[in-house]
Amino acid sequence: MIRVQEQDFDPGHELEQLTADNHAIGGVCSFIGMVRDFAGDAQISAMTLEHYPGMTEKQLEAIEKEAHARWPLDATLIVHRYGRLEPGERIVFVAAASAHREAAFEACHFLIDWLKTKAPFWKKESAPGGEHWVEAKASDDAATKRWDKT
Amino acid sequence: MKVLYFAWLKEKTGTAQEDLDLPDGVSDVAGLIAWLKGRGAGYGDAFADEAVVRVAVNLEHVDGEHKLSNADEVAFFPPVTGG
Repeated sequence: MIRVQEQDFDPGHELEQLTADNHAIGGVCSFIGMVRDFAGDAQISAMTLEHYPGMTEKQLEAIEKEAHARWPLDATLIVHRYGRLEPGERIVFVAAASAHREAAFEACHFLIDWLKTKAPFWKKESAPGGEHWVEAKASDDAATKRWDKT
Repeated sequence: MKVLYFAWLKEKTGTAQEDLDLPDGVSDVAGLIAWLKGRGAGYGDAFADEAVVRVAVNLEHVDGEHKLSNADEVAFFPPVTGG
């Protein structure tokens, strides 16, 4: 399941919902991305996330589908927020549940790596010197490439 | 054709969304970018470095050779930075 929303989420509640009533699940692995209060040497006071409604949902669904094609998963969840967020706030939640831990760990890692380079979100940081758009990192592209099929 | 701009492309063009008829002589994404660049300072600035502009047509990532029609939704944006 995927959700794009402005409001915060409760990770415990999300995990409970994700695994409820499926006793074939042996493990669930999750990742939470949060707003840092620094970028390099700069102090960050807030971050604003913009996205492309319609394409965002479509891309997240495609990423989730790809994870299910690659690993034996019982359930997956992607929740991504948009709007203005302050340091310490949650941005994104990704979880993968499977009968065995290896698939859960790998699929969770895959979901966040692919999301970072394929889902149409853009971050703008507010620092003392003003606002600026965050630039994409080559390391994120490398992290995505790691999952390329050979 | 619906054309959308996101993040700094929206700021530089001063446009979030506009309706355009496919201009004469334009058949693909690269052609549309060349045409948009000629529309004024904001657009020229937004598309100055085409290597960092990403394009989606009808919600899918495409490249410059992708053919366009008037029924398309075209979006221009920088490399994504979510997660």
